[in-house]
Amino acid sequence: MSAKEPETMTLETFTQGLWKDNPVFVMLLGLCPALAVTNSALNALAMGLATTFVLICSGLLVSLLRNVIPKQVRIASYIIIIATFVTMADYGIKAISLELYKALGAFIQLIVVNCIILGRAEAYASKQKPLKSMINGAGMGLGFTLALLSLGVVREILGSGTVFGMQVMPDRFQTWSVFVLPPGGFFVLACWLMLFTWIRERKSKQEAI
Amino acid sequence: MSADHSSMKLVATLGGIAVFSGLLLSLTYEITKPMIAKNESEALEAAVFEVLPGAVTRENYLLDDVGLQKVGEGSSREANLYAGINEAGERVGFALSGEARGYADVVRVLYGYNPETQQVVGLRVLSSNETPGLGDRIEKDPAFQENFTALDASLAHEITTVKNGEKTEPWQIDGISGATVSSKAIGKALRDSTHEWVPQLHAALEGSLE
Repeated sequence: MSAKEPETMTLETFTQGLWKDNPVFVMLLGLCPALAVTNSALNALAMGLATTFVLICSGLLVSLLRNVIPKQVRIASYIIIIATFVTMADYGIKAISLELYKALGAFIQLIVVNCIILGRAEAYASKQKPLKSMINGAGMGLGFTLALLSLGVVREILGSGTVFGMQVMPDRFQTWSVFVLPPGGFFVLACWLMLFTWIRERKSKQEAI
Repeated sequence: MSADHSSMKLVATLGGIAVFSGLLLSLTYEITKPMIAKNESEALEAAVFEVLPGAVTRENYLLDDVGLQKVGEGSSREANLYAGINEAGERVGFALSGEARGYADVVRVLYGYNPETQQVVGLRVLSSNETPGLGDRIEKDPAFQENFTALDASLAHEITTVKNGEKTEPWQIDGISGATVSSKAIGKALRDSTHEWVPQLHAALEGSLE
């Protein structure tokens, strides 16, 4: 994260968050919502998209104001900006579906303190041009959404036998309730982390040879 | 940045951002308000049918000092209770709302009350912000919901929440262990609401029977 960012915009600006610096699988940030609301694929998707929205908008605003905000009050300013967009997302989800709003509960408001967003504002948007910050934010947000979906889909299949509410497992399938409960989140996250670390290590070994 | 700039700039920046935030938020609030209101009224309709088993249509009523008055759809007066009518056209009971402070926020419930048996016959949590996995079990836990199929609400005894497994009387609610505060909030919501509405409702019903 602290590596020097190239001046020009490259594909890397966008893909950084998707793979190399994936917020959940590589940086291990934002684990609280990643564990808490991924008990179904739909919740995971909604949470991911809400976070992406906040990342893009706050990235834009922080970047636009990067030369205006004095450094003593920068964190306070970022928090106000982030909280504004989170509250907008909160109203938006409530307007779209009350069911979904209830399922996500307090975790929408808690996007305010999601370290991915504050981290992006501090480490990226406050130093980069608006468009670049937005694209990087979008990449990070989608990376987060993908990670949440990977957790949500697995947990929903094993825990309820469905994906997005549609039955995918045969009727005989005995659902493992533990996967929709909090411990299931830890199990699934650990398995994904194992897989990702294994792939990364294999890749770096191959490059070394 | 040098250290000599005045604190005015700090105040002005934060103030400016806060004003801009306020504008954005009030705009969003105004846009989403009607949509949220529509969603909530649909959810209410579904909830009324759920807490009054057998109900297929709903009638809105306003209960106040004057008595029980029917409120038509689109009326300017706000209904505060709802009657559920079954397929035979008989009234199966009334749906009333109650609220009490839970663990994280106010818990709002809608419950079905049958005036003939003086029992609570169904309950649904309308809104709550209780801890996922712990307090929010008041919404779905089947064993907990079982408390509200025939809960004595005759006011001869206070509705109370007892520890899990210690329910012995028909006016007691068997709490959920691990969700004590939330279970108690439901008990308090029912207790306060029945104290307020049940005597009024019975007085109004007797008045309307010639």
